[in-house]
Amino acid sequence: MNDTKPKLNPSSDSGLMLPHTNRIKLLSFPYIIWMAGFIIIPLVMILFYGLTNKENSFTLENLAAIAEPINLQALGLALLLSIISTVICLILSYPLSIILNNIKLKSNSLIIFIIILPMWMNFLLRTIAWQNILEKSGTLNTLLTFLHLPTINIINTPAAIILGMVYNYLPFMILPIYNVLIKIDQDVINAARDLGANTLQTFTKIIFPLSLPGVISGITMVFVPSLTTFAISSILGGSKILLMGNVIEQQFTLGNWHAGSGLSLVLMIFVLLCMAILSKYDKEAEGSNIW
Amino acid sequence: MKKLAVLLIALTLCSAMLIGCSEDTSEKVYVYNWGEYMDPDVRDQFEEETGIKVVYDEFQTNEEMYPKIKENAVQYDVVCPSDYMIQKMIEDDLLAEIDFSKVPNLSNIDQTYLDSSKSFDAANKYSVPYCWGTVGILYNKTMVDEPIDSWASLFDEKYSGNILMIDSVRDAYAIALKYLGYNINSTDKAQIEEATKLLQSQYPLVQAYVVDQVRDKMIGGEAALGVIYSGEAIYTQRENPDLEYVVPKEGSNVWIDGWVIPKNCKNKENAEAFINFMCRPDIALKNFEYITYSTPNKAAREMITDEDIKNSTVAFPEQSVLERCTTFSYLGSELEAFYNDEWNKVKSGTN
Repeated sequence: MNDTKPKLNPSSDSGLMLPHTNRIKLLSFPYIIWMAGFIIIPLVMILFYGLTNKENSFTLENLAAIAEPINLQALGLALLLSIISTVICLILSYPLSIILNNIKLKSNSLIIFIIILPMWMNFLLRTIAWQNILEKSGTLNTLLTFLHLPTINIINTPAAIILGMVYNYLPFMILPIYNVLIKIDQDVINAARDLGANTLQTFTKIIFPLSLPGVISGITMVFVPSLTTFAISSILGGSKILLMGNVIEQQFTLGNWHAGSGLSLVLMIFVLLCMAILSKYDKEAEGSNIW
Repeated sequence: MKKLAVLLIALTLCSAMLIGCSEDTSEKVYVYNWGEYMDPDVRDQFEEETGIKVVYDEFQTNEEMYPKIKENAVQYDVVCPSDYMIQKMIEDDLLAEIDFSKVPNLSNIDQTYLDSSKSFDAANKYSVPYCWGTVGILYNKTMVDEPIDSWASLFDEKYSGNILMIDSVRDAYAIALKYLGYNINSTDKAQIEEATKLLQSQYPLVQAYVVDQVRDKMIGGEAALGVIYSGEAIYTQRENPDLEYVVPKEGSNVWIDGWVIPKNCKNKENAEAFINFMCRPDIALKNFEYITYSTPNKAAREMITDEDIKNSTVAFPEQSVLERCTTFSYLGSELEAFYNDEWNKVKSGTN
C-alpha cells in the first residue's frame, strides 16, 4: 500500500515516526479496504477492459479510438465546456468568498449551511428542474412572455449545459476558497498594511497567494466532474450534444465495455494531467497537497 | 494482467454469491422488469396469494439488462426483454425452457401473439408475451395544419425545432429504413448508410433526442411531433386531449415484450408461478389499466369496461395497420456494432 501513497511532506513524515506509528497506521485500514474495493479494483478492471478486445487479447485499438473525429469532437467540446464552467465558477466564487469572509458572521456554519442547502436534493432532480425552467414553454419563458420580454431559448444548447455545470458545481468552488480565506491570519494582513502595502498589493502579494490552495482544490473539484459528466449534458443538451462522458456512457450501455473503458482511460489521462499541473502550482503556494 | 483481472472478478463474484447464499431463497422470486411496467398492487397480490416474496428490480433499456444476465452478476428468475433481445439471449444460450404445464393460464393469451412471437422464439419454448405495441408519431393537433400520416413529417423542415426524436438506435433506424422503403431488419450496409444520411439531415431539425421524457414534453406542448411507443400514447392523450397518435402509412415496428426465465435462475418453479399469475385475466387487466400498454391477453381485453379503451385503435390497432408493421430480429454482434457506430455519427452532429 505504501508505494501508492501520496508523497508526504517532510513535516508530516516525521510525525509518523513516533513510536505509535503502527497503531496509527491501523486506523487507515477501513479507508484502505474502501479504496481497494471501490477505487483500485474498478480501476484495474477498466485498465484490463481498455487494453483488450472482445477475444481478451491485448490491443491499443480502444485507446486509438480517441482519434476518430466523433470522439475528438466530444473530447474537445467536453474540455471547452468544463474550462468555461470552471472559469465562471471561479469568477463567481472568489468575490463571493471575500464578501462572506468580510461580513465576519458570528458563526460561519450558517454560510456553509446556505451553500450546502441545495445539495440536500439529488443533483439529477435539480438538473431536471432546470430543464423545466429553461424549456421553450418552461417557467422562465412563461414569466418573460407575461412581462412582454423576449424569450430565452438556450435549452438543448451548450449554453444550457454550462449553466447546469456552474449551478451544480459552484458550491465545490465556494467552500474551499472560503475555508482558506477565513483561516488567513488577520495579523499577516495588518503587517502588510503596516509595512506600507495598499489594498491591491495586500491582495496580490498576501491574500491571493495564501488562498491559492483553496482555489486549486476548487478548480479540481469543478473541472474534473464537469469534464466527465454525462447526466447534465444529456438532460440539458437534449442528447443532441455529445460530450466525452456521453460517448463513454453510450459505449457501456450499448454493451461495448472495451471501447468504453479505452476512452475512459484517455479521459483519465486528461484528469491526471490537470491535477499534475494544479499540484505544481499548489506546491509553489506551499499549501497542503491535494493528492 | 489478465489472470489478475480474472482473479479479481472471481473474488467479487464469490463474495456476491456468499452474500446471496446467506439468505434463504426458497420462497422468493427475483423479477427484473422495465421501469413503470407493472402495477405495484399486482406484486402485493402475488405475495399474498402464493406466499412467495417478490424481489423487484427495473431496467430502462434492453442493452442495460443484457450484460447483467450474461455476466451472471445478479441472478434473476424472471426477466422481461423485448423481441430481438429474447432472440439474442436464446442464441447466446442464456434462457431456460419454460415448463408450460406450470403455466396453464397461457390459454388466455391470444394465439396471434404467440404466432408473432415465433419470429424471435421459433418454437414458443422460451417466452410468454406480456405487452406489445407499435412505434408511431404523437402529434399536437393545435401545432400542425395538415393530417400527419407519414414519417416524412419528421424530416420536414417546416417542423424544425418542433420534433422529438427517439433516442434509441434500433427504433431510430427502423423509422429511417421504413421511410426509405427498406426492411427494419436490414443487413445491407449501403441501406443502413443511406438511413444514416437521412437521420443526419434530420439532426438540425430535432429539438431533443429522448425516450421517456417524450411523454411529459408532449403533454406540456413543448413540441409538435414526437416519436413514442403506443402504450405511452393513451396516457398522454388522457393528460392532453390535443394529442393524437398515428402509425405512419409506411409502416412501423411492432414489438412484443415477453417473460423469460434465465438459465441460471434459482427459483424456476416460483418464476413459472409468477408468469402464470401474470397471465391471469384479472391481473393482466389490472396491469393494462395501470401501464396502458396493450395486453396480448384476450380474456383480459374482454373484461375492459371502458368502451373507448376497449375499441381504442391506439391500444388495439386494426389488422391492416399491423400488416404494415415488422418485429425486430437480432442481427448479430457485428451488425449491432455497425448500427451503433452509425448512430453515434448521427448523434454527434457531424456530417
